[in-house]
Amino acid sequence: MNQNPAPKPAIGHNAVPKMTARDVNVFYGQKQAIKNVSIDISAEHVTAFIGPSGCGKSTFLRCLNRMNDTVDGARVEGRIELDGEDVYASNMDVVQLRARVGMVFQKPNPFPKSIYENVAYGPRLHGLARSKADMDEIVESALKRAGLWDEAKDRLGESGTAMSGGQQQRLCIARAIAVDPEVILMDEPCSALDPIATARIEELIDELRGRYAIVIVTHNMQQAARVSQKTAFFHLGTLVEYDDTSSIFTNPKATRTKDYITGRYG
Amino acid sequence: MRLLIALALVLGLAGLAYLAGRSRGNRMVVAAGGRIGAVHSRPVYHGAYVAVLALAPALLVLAGWGMVGEGLIEGQVLGSLTAAERPASGNDSDALMNEVRGLVNGDLPQAFNPLAPRLAPVYAAARTNGDLLAGALAVALLAMGGLWGWSRLRPDFRARNRVEIQVRALLLIASIVAILTTFGIVLSLIFESIRFFQLVSPVEFLTGLAWSPQTAIRADQVGSTGAFGAVPLFWGTIFIGAIIAMAVAIPLGLMSAIYLTQYADPRLRKWLKPILELLAGVPTVVYGFFAALTIAPLVRSFAVALGMTDASSDSALAAGLVMGVMIIPFVSSMADDALAAVPRAMRDGSLAMGATPSETVKKVMVPAALPGIMGGVLLAVSRAIGETMIVVMAAGLAANLTANPFSSVTTVTTQIVALLTGDQEFDSAKTLSAFALGLVLFVMTLILNIYALAVVKRYREAYE
Repeated sequence: MNQNPAPKPAIGHNAVPKMTARDVNVFYGQKQAIKNVSIDISAEHVTAFIGPSGCGKSTFLRCLNRMNDTVDGARVEGRIELDGEDVYASNMDVVQLRARVGMVFQKPNPFPKSIYENVAYGPRLHGLARSKADMDEIVESALKRAGLWDEAKDRLGESGTAMSGGQQQRLCIARAIAVDPEVILMDEPCSALDPIATARIEELIDELRGRYAIVIVTHNMQQAARVSQKTAFFHLGTLVEYDDTSSIFTNPKATRTKDYITGRYG
Repeated sequence: MRLLIALALVLGLAGLAYLAGRSRGNRMVVAAGGRIGAVHSRPVYHGAYVAVLALAPALLVLAGWGMVGEGLIEGQVLGSLTAAERPASGNDSDALMNEVRGLVNGDLPQAFNPLAPRLAPVYAAARTNGDLLAGALAVALLAMGGLWGWSRLRPDFRARNRVEIQVRALLLIASIVAILTTFGIVLSLIFESIRFFQLVSPVEFLTGLAWSPQTAIRADQVGSTGAFGAVPLFWGTIFIGAIIAMAVAIPLGLMSAIYLTQYADPRLRKWLKPILELLAGVPTVVYGFFAALTIAPLVRSFAVALGMTDASSDSALAAGLVMGVMIIPFVSSMADDALAAVPRAMRDGSLAMGATPSETVKKVMVPAALPGIMGGVLLAVSRAIGETMIVVMAAGLAANLTANPFSSVTTVTTQIVALLTGDQEFDSAKTLSAFALGLVLFVMTLILNIYALAVVKRYREAYE
């Protein structure tokens, strides 16, 4: 037995990772949800987390912006860094972390406010606009980048909850990018949407690639293959395999990955 | 007494009917060899079916006799008098009948009315006959109903479905009783109010600024001009119940709900919430003497310290403060429900944008829960303006139209209590005004309740 094991090298091979995780363990009360996960997340790629239900992919995603803090009884061990800064350090300000690492949820969750106010929510919190004109510009550019401007420009005062599901989800993406984050976490962003709205979101993810580091959790393997360049396969709380998306889907190394990809379980 | 015996007898016989039906069901099951489906219903349903058919008509007869029997007996007893002997007015015949009943029951050793001793045996005989007749009729109907039901039992008889219909009828009757009672209360309020409005015009009542419900007994009496302007009472009610009490209850209730739903550790919440709700279980009379004996003197010393040397010891502020504390659990539990009903995704969405918990509460949770919170506040207001004990003990009786919280004001409920306490003549405007006040209060709380429930309902739909 080695007394001082060297830190396990991360799976993946990127020059300068945007976020790194080393030996992350997550517990919900007594139950361990994540076991020794180490991963590097690249700034210029879309990274997909796939795996069967309950494999811990969403739990791990929520560690990256400390959203697990809001869950009672959740405990995170290990080290997660954003540009070399420890995310879980005591001097890390959660408010600033979440401004840098934005999140889009499974179910579209626009606030019961106007479309404009939904997008302006983050910039107002963080004081990004000095004047009304500034704010108008921020809202417009966020809606444009989210591909929602043409549909929304004439109804900015209407309630965000009155839009269709796909539009609501793009509104949530606009809301997330309005504060110009560095990383966007997407937790199954299309699972509540129809195929057309899903295709629209996938296009959008592709357009946003490069500008933001994007991590997407998905149930849908075709979606992972379509939108991501890197894919991580989770199973029973462990990271089984992490590689270029093309190699994962054409040439998986682990049998568990292969079984999952070929539909043997999940 | 005899009616009670009849009731016990009827219930006992219905029990026998149940046993008879069940045993017949059992025998059918045995005869069919115990195969499932050979006998449609299980024996208990056969028994219950027979018992209900036996019991229902008998109970109707006994209940009917209990309601109209006394009137019939009275008619018979008074009818035995000659026309000349008959009491002239309804009041006189009531008095005579009371004496007769007293003699028969043995409560009255000696009657004043010379007719009473003569009528006593007539009354006793009529009552005995009537009770026996009603009892016999009930038992006969019971036997007929039971036998008819018993004769219908067959292996393919759908007793289970019949019992289900009977149960539904029973539940319907129970809810109709509650609804009819409400209607009865409203009608009695309306009839007495109409009598009041024949004496005092509704315009004066609803818009007059002076309240002094003393009416003259003799024409030459001093200070006898009654003034029935109820505006000072409405103002006092709103001042205490809707302004001062809400100024206490809304901030405290809302903030405690926010703390309990958004911040408190679940283990702490498990303890704190029931303790807070204990406030709702304190009898209002206890709040009343807390207000009168503890808070009112403090408020008065405070007013004196402010320079109001003539401050009253009954103050709107004392009553309103304590009432506000009483209302806190209403506001907080409604606000708690409303906040808990806001989808978690909404809160997560805000937190994920980098909002602090308090920013999330202020900008997302409270606006989203606002209709529910408003509904809770309106229900609390309607509860506060109908509240009686605290204001009776702490708010005073002086009908002042003032916005000074340290002065004594009075409320609708306090005045109703004052007007109806003691011996009252029910033909004076003074007494009848209590019903008009009650009617106004009822209408106010009814409107508030309907509006509040509509608000809460609309809001529930928004998230389902």
